[in-house]
Amino acid sequence: MVSSSLEELSITADVLIVGGGMAGAWAAVSAAQAGARVVLADKGYCGTSGVTAAAGPGHWWVPPDPPTARDAVVANRVAAGLGLGEAEWMYRILDQTWRTLPTLAPSYKFGVDDEGRVNYRAVRGPEYMRALRQHVLNHGVTILDHSPVIELLARADGSIGGARGQRRQDGGRAYRIEAGAVVLAAGGTSFLSHLLGSRTNTGDGYLMAAEAGAELSGMEFTAAYTIAPAHSTMTRSMAYAFATYSDADGNELDLPFGPDQTVRLARALQRGPVYCLLDRLPDDIKVRLHTISPNVPLVFDRWGVDPYRDRFEVTLHNDGTIRGIGGVRVHDLDCATSVPGLFVAGDNASREKVAGAISGGGNVNSAWALSSGTFAGRAAARVARGTKARLTELRPLGRAGLRPRGLPKAVDVASARDVVRAQMHPFDKNLFRTEKGLTESARVLEDLWREVANHGQDGSIALRETAALLATARWSVATAAARKESRGLHRREDYPARDPQLAGRLLSSGLDQVRVALDRPSASVRPDQLEAVS
Amino acid sequence: MIEVIDTERCTACDICVNVCPTNVFDKTDGIPVIARQGDCQTCFLCELYCPEDALFVSPFAEAPQAVDVAALKEAAVLGSYRRAVGWTDENRHLRAADRSYRLFGH
Repeated sequence: MVSSSLEELSITADVLIVGGGMAGAWAAVSAAQAGARVVLADKGYCGTSGVTAAAGPGHWWVPPDPPTARDAVVANRVAAGLGLGEAEWMYRILDQTWRTLPTLAPSYKFGVDDEGRVNYRAVRGPEYMRALRQHVLNHGVTILDHSPVIELLARADGSIGGARGQRRQDGGRAYRIEAGAVVLAAGGTSFLSHLLGSRTNTGDGYLMAAEAGAELSGMEFTAAYTIAPAHSTMTRSMAYAFATYSDADGNELDLPFGPDQTVRLARALQRGPVYCLLDRLPDDIKVRLHTISPNVPLVFDRWGVDPYRDRFEVTLHNDGTIRGIGGVRVHDLDCATSVPGLFVAGDNASREKVAGAISGGGNVNSAWALSSGTFAGRAAARVARGTKARLTELRPLGRAGLRPRGLPKAVDVASARDVVRAQMHPFDKNLFRTEKGLTESARVLEDLWREVANHGQDGSIALRETAALLATARWSVATAAARKESRGLHRREDYPARDPQLAGRLLSSGLDQVRVALDRPSASVRPDQLEAVS
Repeated sequence: MIEVIDTERCTACDICVNVCPTNVFDKTDGIPVIARQGDCQTCFLCELYCPEDALFVSPFAEAPQAVDVAALKEAAVLGSYRRAVGWTDENRHLRAADRSYRLFGH
């Protein structure tokens, strides 16, 4: 399978999986089970990469019997999704998760309760991802760790036939994989917030999909934030359902647990520091917290803080598209994109079909990662079997940060990243959105995009990541500007109500020129209303 | 972020170099070095995977902190995450210890 040359490592496969988090791992297993020779390339290490490994995913888990149970949760989710979810997709991922997750049992020790019932729903992240790596290897998949993919390769007909990347622990040696089909499972992005486990999730898969001609969907839904102890990455929020909050003077703040808590907390944080006490945590959870989420008490222990008695400062970290829901538009039931040979899974894909306009954080996103990976891997194997023309010339698709439009010059990656953070993290820009703020963000991001696209050329991992962050931020801002209403995670201060004419998905696309359009235009929306936003 | 590779305990097995998802460490002829501390994402996973309890990750994610390695060893802080998860022989019983379904249902 592997043959090396002096310059570039050359590999052929039936299916290439880009990304080795939860979705990529399940996609690799699924493709291998369908008979494909599979290579999985991860930027980091398949097993610790991605947001699952440091967390504790609970899966959307509803047994098929009685059928009314699934009907009820799907009906609830469709209603909560505010017009953007689809019942058929929800049933599909509930079913796929219920059937597939137990197949991990040879590698993962699922908990058994006193009555002998196996608990599949909730798993512990580090052990789950370690088991998934083993599961992937057991299926004969070749894993390339520390091998970020830099760009996709296209055949003459525009279909995707592989990718190029770098072996970053092998002196940055270039590699090239020719594959019958490619699954993008490179995660979403938190725009480099301190969301736990998200540091390498820089939206690379969005950029590469867009360079291939795919469109994105739901990119306005990046205004999810998660609470964490200030200065920490510990965005595991279960215990905060039982918290009381106070300001710097010790006055208790009214921040009841519920869908509005993030917004209220953000408003409080705009006024000054907020402190928290987990004093209402029930005793049965207190005694189990260290086994449910061992890294949560770890932070407090190392600080010498007793979170049940000592107030500690809290903050909100931006979740971007990770607990938000935007991503590459899913074109069909196989999780194909609109580009032949290119599939998408996990947070790399839009999760609107299963989450609607609200966060898919937690169980829906986990079920989606498993299921979309399974669908995409299987379909990619099928497409690869039908792909004969392997000897065709492959055209590299990477642009920004790799092949500049103008005169090459050095781009300051660190300051470019700070610019993205400064547009995508502050509450007054990304959570409490206004026309004025979005226009200003678009202008700042546009200027920086021109610099990177016109002059960036070193093709380094850091520069391509920066281009991906920038592109993702631009789609998010443009789509948020086009959705002149408030819906779910998307909140416009100047349009606080929902607009029935916008009860559909917004597609975004394009690199040098960002375009936004309604996915399923209704007769009441004129197409030109949403064209050419930036 | 990652603050310490304890030179007394480290056996240069390079597991941390392999498993760190953000490529913070570099191999050397001897024990690995923290080559890119600023890239650390404070996920604690290198600590969890270190079989010698030689690593220490501070919960402060934004800036490096001065740490007292001797005190951390004395207080058995090194390796405390691995023990909590149950990835030590003495703590194997904790591996399937997630009883969250008792709180949230199956």
